[in-house]
Amino acid sequence: MIRWIRAFGAFCYDFVVGDDWRVAVAILVAIVATWLLSLNHLPAWWVLPVAVVAVVPWSLWRARRRDNQS
Amino acid sequence: MTSGALFIAVFLACAVEAVEAVTIVLAAGTARNWRSALLGTLTALVTLAAIVAALGPALTLLPIELLRLVVGALLLVFGLQWLRKAILRASGHKALHDEDEIFRAQLADAKKVGTDWYAFTLSFKGVLLEGLEVAFIALTFGSNQHNVPLAALAAGAAVVIVAGAGALVRAPLARVPENALKFVVGIMLTAFGVFWAAEGAGAVWPGKDVALFAIVPAVAAFALALVAVLRRVRVRQA
Repeated sequence: MIRWIRAFGAFCYDFVVGDDWRVAVAILVAIVATWLLSLNHLPAWWVLPVAVVAVVPWSLWRARRRDNQS
Repeated sequence: MTSGALFIAVFLACAVEAVEAVTIVLAAGTARNWRSALLGTLTALVTLAAIVAALGPALTLLPIELLRLVVGALLLVFGLQWLRKAILRASGHKALHDEDEIFRAQLADAKKVGTDWYAFTLSFKGVLLEGLEVAFIALTFGSNQHNVPLAALAAGAAVVIVAGAGALVRAPLARVPENALKFVVGIMLTAFGVFWAAEGAGAVWPGKDVALFAIVPAVAAFALALVAVLRRVRVRQA
């Protein structure tokens, strides 16, 4: 049973997070920032688009560098 | 989000998953034993139905803001993973997802083992895992838009059409432009994820739902620009 739960957990992690956990962490940080801004009645809709624009090229650059090294 | 947009988004995403599941079942059936492969598929579908029936309704009990936040965050992280891989593939930095090659690999694996339980397990695993992804997509999109039946219909249509095509040709579904589909799905998941996660966290989009009509093309343009930049980098390196 424990092995099955572990395997299911690994599947869920791989399915949602994939091979770059930094992207998931950066998005969670951006969501918290959005929440904090909106809690203080400040415009917050722009935070996630900015996070995507910053995170995707960074992750791609890392993947490309890793690819070149191997 | 209109009903049409919901249907198209769920249909495309589920079609991609269905292509992967059908390829695995075809490989198991062709190489080993059709009866075992189909039995594995049926068992996986029953297991899947039990999981969805047990866990699915819980989603509809959550408050809409919390649901949008959780679903939006999941879709965004999940969508960015797809988009990232699609950009790497489209720019030549990662091998294209080749259903022909996957079919050949599964076929070779299936021939190595001498029991029909292999065909059963291979089909069961493939259908259950890809089916969970289909259920996740249909339930999250559907519950967020308060239209689970339409999302389920789109998912069902995608699965039936892909499975029907697989049954007719009994060959790998290599002709389905899977990489292009994955690129489009990555864009849609990312765009909806950005929209819902921000709304769930309390942000108000300018123009409310109309903002999606700007977010989807903006994400598409951004992804295409990244493909162009990475292609140029690759050419310069070669």
